[in-house]
Amino acid sequence: MTALKPAPDLLALYRRMLLIRRMEERLGTVVQSGELPGPVHLYIGQEAVAVGVCAHLTDDDWIASNHRGHGHFLAKGGTPHSMVAEIFGRDTGICRGKGGSMHVADFGRGILGANGIVGGGIGLAAGAALAAQLDGRGRVSVVFFGDGGANQGVVSEVINIAAIWKLPLLLVCENNGFSEFSPTSTVTAGEIAARAQPFGIPGVTVDGNDVLAVWQVTAEAVERARSGQGPTLIEARTYRWRGHVETEKSFLSGKYREDDEIAEWQGRDPIVRLKARLFDDAATRTDVEATDAEIAQVVEHAYSQALADPLPPEAIAFQHMLA
Amino acid sequence: MAKKRLIQAINEALFEEMERDPRVILFGEDVKISLFGDTKGLADRFGDQRVRNTPIAETAMTGMAVGAAAAGYRVVCHMMFANFLYTGFDAIANQAAKLRYMTAGQIRLPIVYMAVMGAGRSAGAQHSDVPYPMLMNLGGIKVAVPSTPADAKGLLKAAIRDDNPVVFLQPARRGGEQGEVPEGEHVVPLGLADVKRPGSDVTVVAIGAMVRHALRAADILQLENISVEVVDPRTLFPLDETTILASVRKTGRLVVVDEARTTCSAASEIAAIAAEHAFAALKGPIRRVTVADVAIPYAPSLEKIVLPDEHSVARAVRESMEAGR
Repeated sequence: MTALKPAPDLLALYRRMLLIRRMEERLGTVVQSGELPGPVHLYIGQEAVAVGVCAHLTDDDWIASNHRGHGHFLAKGGTPHSMVAEIFGRDTGICRGKGGSMHVADFGRGILGANGIVGGGIGLAAGAALAAQLDGRGRVSVVFFGDGGANQGVVSEVINIAAIWKLPLLLVCENNGFSEFSPTSTVTAGEIAARAQPFGIPGVTVDGNDVLAVWQVTAEAVERARSGQGPTLIEARTYRWRGHVETEKSFLSGKYREDDEIAEWQGRDPIVRLKARLFDDAATRTDVEATDAEIAQVVEHAYSQALADPLPPEAIAFQHMLA
Repeated sequence: MAKKRLIQAINEALFEEMERDPRVILFGEDVKISLFGDTKGLADRFGDQRVRNTPIAETAMTGMAVGAAAAGYRVVCHMMFANFLYTGFDAIANQAAKLRYMTAGQIRLPIVYMAVMGAGRSAGAQHSDVPYPMLMNLGGIKVAVPSTPADAKGLLKAAIRDDNPVVFLQPARRGGEQGEVPEGEHVVPLGLADVKRPGSDVTVVAIGAMVRHALRAADILQLENISVEVVDPRTLFPLDETTILASVRKTGRLVVVDEARTTCSAASEIAAIAAEHAFAALKGPIRRVTVADVAIPYAPSLEKIVLPDEHSVARAVRESMEAGR
């Protein structure tokens, strides 16, 4: 069990958030070029949530993610190349091209996987939390779901069980304003964080575009989980800059949001906010510039390598159903 | 060997496997008090950590089984009645059945979803299904359907030791049925059929509770000089095609008895396999004895007529003998 860090390593948070941003931006460009075989759901704008939460986790802890899962995968330590290669359907992909964008998983790093079923990861994370409790080694399990996922019935089922059993579970709801194409307010009653209260567990709301705030509430929730006090529901308020799915303009007949709303949220860019803070400090200013260059290189390398990688052998289409 | 009830045999398997492997855990609704008696005494022996009563929350339960298995445990998730698998079906069909494949074999998922299946107790349509046809179609879920106490014990032990998700379906009306059960280590490998009665004229493949009807029909038909071979697949996925086809090639006739609804039943699959691989050996048309495409009615008088019994099996066998070459 790792001791709680007294303060976050700001530069490390910045590096990870920027990695996610640049990886996703590049993916968006690739989508435009028509080179991607399947749908992708980009995480741009929400980076502070995955990074602020996962900063408290090690490979021994578990996360379960969702269809918008690239950020969680990278924040938990999944490698950029193994993710991109997966999305390109290459043999070197983390799932050898058999999962794709919606199923990037790396069990060796405690990543139970993105998930194509909205709310699908919630039960999985609770099961991993049960395993963690039985292990008695202070592991925790975290599930990331959206405001859309918050409306699945499994959420209340799992909060109830986790509360009764005091499971070391963090339920992290990223309220990004949209349940696919429906504004949250049109499909969601009340406050999501308030759904914790009837079950007697803490429910907290946090600015999901402020990585330090996310880091802080997660520190408390992780401490609570590791010390056997049970689950916490965190609602991180953030915003989905991109569409539900990158190709949506090709099939949507109308708009479901206004451009100035997007612009307003882009003004609260979590990365810009952290960067400003790092820039204010002369000690970290040069590190920021070095990080920008380093990330550009990592991203370039991940993409160029993945594109050059071989396709999976045909035989594996018929393997891995059963052990 | 001792005579035991089917439910005792299952209980014995659970005790032995939980004793054998401390990573076996069990949870489900009311498993401590145990409605059927199959999980009785486990919590007293193995404690509240490894044996847990869950709330009535099948969606969470089936998903938690996947997560706990992925994180290193052997999970027995008791679903009570097989119809409740539908309630928790997302985690079974979308997660358990696919996670290993989607991640190119990164994980093993040792899970047993166990439940009581089948009709004949006036429990009504929502407590009487045999949901194995749709489970068989998933590809990533093994399906065990014991018909005797000995097979129940052996299949459950194999299922718990298996590194894949297994749905273990115990026949509802057979819990009190007595049979010889080997003591201790008795494992029936998944995917191995059993010839319950040898014969030479007709092969009757019967599933779960239908095996008894097939055996009774065989007794009736023996008086008519028809020799029936009764084959119990015991596992529906993977299916022991070899044993079934060997029997069909020997007798040249096939009747399949299945408590599922006709359309896409296990019987349909077995019939298709025989038609595809043993067509030359067939002396006449294959017959399926199944439930019509209706839900199971409540009234005993109605329930009785929708379910296969020894008479409908015997009738199908006679038709099979009369038709064809």
